[in-house]
Amino acid sequence: MLGPGIAAYLVLSVLVFSIGALGVLIRRSPLIILLALEIMLNAGNLALIAFSRYHGSGDGQIFALAVMVVAASEAVVGLGLIVAMSRKHVELDVDRLRSLRG
Amino acid sequence: MDAGNILVWIVWVGAALGLVASAVAVVLFANPFYSALALLGNLGSLAVFYLLLQAEFVAAAQVLVYAGAVIVMFLFVIAYLGGRADTPWAGGPSLQSAAAVLATAAIAVEIVVAVTYEADGHLSRPAEIAAAFGSPAQIGNLFLSDHLLVFEVTSLILLVAAVGGVILGRAASAETRVEGGERAT
Repeated sequence: MLGPGIAAYLVLSVLVFSIGALGVLIRRSPLIILLALEIMLNAGNLALIAFSRYHGSGDGQIFALAVMVVAASEAVVGLGLIVAMSRKHVELDVDRLRSLRG
Repeated sequence: MDAGNILVWIVWVGAALGLVASAVAVVLFANPFYSALALLGNLGSLAVFYLLLQAEFVAAAQVLVYAGAVIVMFLFVIAYLGGRADTPWAGGPSLQSAAAVLATAAIAVEIVVAVTYEADGHLSRPAEIAAAFGSPAQIGNLFLSDHLLVFEVTSLILLVAAVGGVILGRAASAETRVEGGERAT
């Protein structure tokens, strides 16, 4: 295998996952939290693909594609909720969203 | 070290810098529009890594699904809502943000230690693979043989998400119609 070994990919994946987790924890806008969640899911995908290459089996790639589908569905539902919230004139700030009944 | 390997290293380091820098940019930009554009750079760098790991089909799906569909959806919603600025460290250093940084650093250190501890054993010798590894043919073969259930459940999840999106949009538009009617009378 050319280039760095699998461990380098895993460390990179951890770094990006941590940055995404930090974004989810410190930001207040639900839009940015969704974007940071996508970063976390993609970091997990990178680890899956690296392990798939390490074991020489395609199962990890199937798993990564399934994660991609879940991420797309999550983005659809999350953005739908954000648009519904903004139409009800709820302030887009996760610290102020305390009840589910608008 | 031959020329091909040096080229792969250069591409790897460039993509790694792009990946980390764009992830930091997504978290730190105040304007959600810029954050979404930075996520595009993040996904592009990831596609480069997928190609280096011989996952060609996943790299193509990544660019099509994320860059082509998810980011465009994000940009539409951000444009619809209007880019409201939201600074990441608003309100000064609070106990919450300090705890967030601490928790994230703890996760990162813990996993890096675990990976490097494991890596000095066998992680440096990946398996030998065929040239067709990660090709659409191989992925399709796996999807329709060993992972048929995953394939079917995937289609169900997409259907549920589409129905959910439509219901959320419909409910919201019905309410605005009622509100508009009340305002008119």
